[in-house]
Amino acid sequence: MNQPASPSLFQFVLYMADNCLVLGHRLGEWCGHGPVLEQDIAMTNISLDLIGQARLYYQYAAELEGKGRTEDDLAYLRSEREYTNALLVELPNGDFAHTIARQFLFDAWHLPFLKTMLSSPDPGLADIAGKAVKEVTYHLKWSREWVLRLGDGTEESQLRMQVALDEAWMYRLELLMPAPFEQWLIDAGVIAGPDEIREEWERTITDTIREATLVLPEDPAVQTGGKTGIHTEHLGHMLADLQYMQRAYPGLEW
Amino acid sequence: MNTSTTDIASVWTLLETVVDPEIPVLTVADLGIIRDVHLTEGGVEVVITPTYSGCPAMHMIEVQIMAALKEAGFEDVKIKTVLSPAWTTDWITEEGMAKLEKFGIAPPRKNQEVPNCPQCGSPHTKLLSQFGSTACKSLWQCQECKEPFDHFKCH
Repeated sequence: MNQPASPSLFQFVLYMADNCLVLGHRLGEWCGHGPVLEQDIAMTNISLDLIGQARLYYQYAAELEGKGRTEDDLAYLRSEREYTNALLVELPNGDFAHTIARQFLFDAWHLPFLKTMLSSPDPGLADIAGKAVKEVTYHLKWSREWVLRLGDGTEESQLRMQVALDEAWMYRLELLMPAPFEQWLIDAGVIAGPDEIREEWERTITDTIREATLVLPEDPAVQTGGKTGIHTEHLGHMLADLQYMQRAYPGLEW
Repeated sequence: MNTSTTDIASVWTLLETVVDPEIPVLTVADLGIIRDVHLTEGGVEVVITPTYSGCPAMHMIEVQIMAALKEAGFEDVKIKTVLSPAWTTDWITEEGMAKLEKFGIAPPRKNQEVPNCPQCGSPHTKLLSQFGSTACKSLWQCQECKEPFDHFKCH
């Protein structure tokens, strides 16, 4: 810790934080609007886990940066172009099936990736992974079960689940395409490369879709940009909501 | 007389009075989130570890620990949070497990995937939702007495 932290590590920690915060905020938007009480609670629980993880990453990023910025500054005072979350997590909630498709495609990457992060030589990353991996195990279990239930459900639930998967499909690959800051850390042996998780990721997705009697989307299109700050039109609206209070009343505390 | 040993012991005794705001039958010591207590030059440092990353009770618990120690006369109280090793329900004390059960929450027993009903003791119970009223619990229902109940998830 005595030598200056690598800028790539700082960027990567922020990227992980942004993924968690943005998806956590999206799930929080369901609060009070869930299809049934249990699932309303499930989504807000997962939201809470992700926002908790985001805080751990932001705190670590602030420490790495060492310029006096706090976790709150990083969450509330960076603009849309400074957010580097993957596009997948900022997609709007849509109907329940869209939320499930987004969650499932994220969890299918998140869990195997965190498992590799457990053995990162960077103690900050390994410690956060140790907390998060237990929580995300439940997330994947939940989202996978809902893909199965909706896919192998009624005619309407199957149709909606298929449409939702088809629409989210082109966003799934960005998570496995290293940004320059990730490539630097992969080369330095700090984080795992995509090849180390690709098999488990692919198997989780294809097995679940098959078991859910859904059709594996064939769309070859891939949408990227989030990791370099080029977002869909949805993120700005979300941040306007999330950051409103600190922007309008700088330094406000509860 | 070794005053530092006495002081550390008294800090632990004080921590026995700080309860989890969400599950008030459990003390922070029962929960196993106190990792270390040591004396510093002007006071005491308590090392704690969070249960779940986003558990909103953690902040409240810190405030309560701080208040309990200050009230007992410790002037300089520091609370340090460590993430590793990650908290596990294995660290809940036997006493804590028994308190949970008595409170109506099925405790996290290793190698017991299906918890017994904390009301009637029946092993015939059904999972309603992986996620319950707090991050650490899932929601179940007893098939015999029909009571719904919380289960503290193995973690």
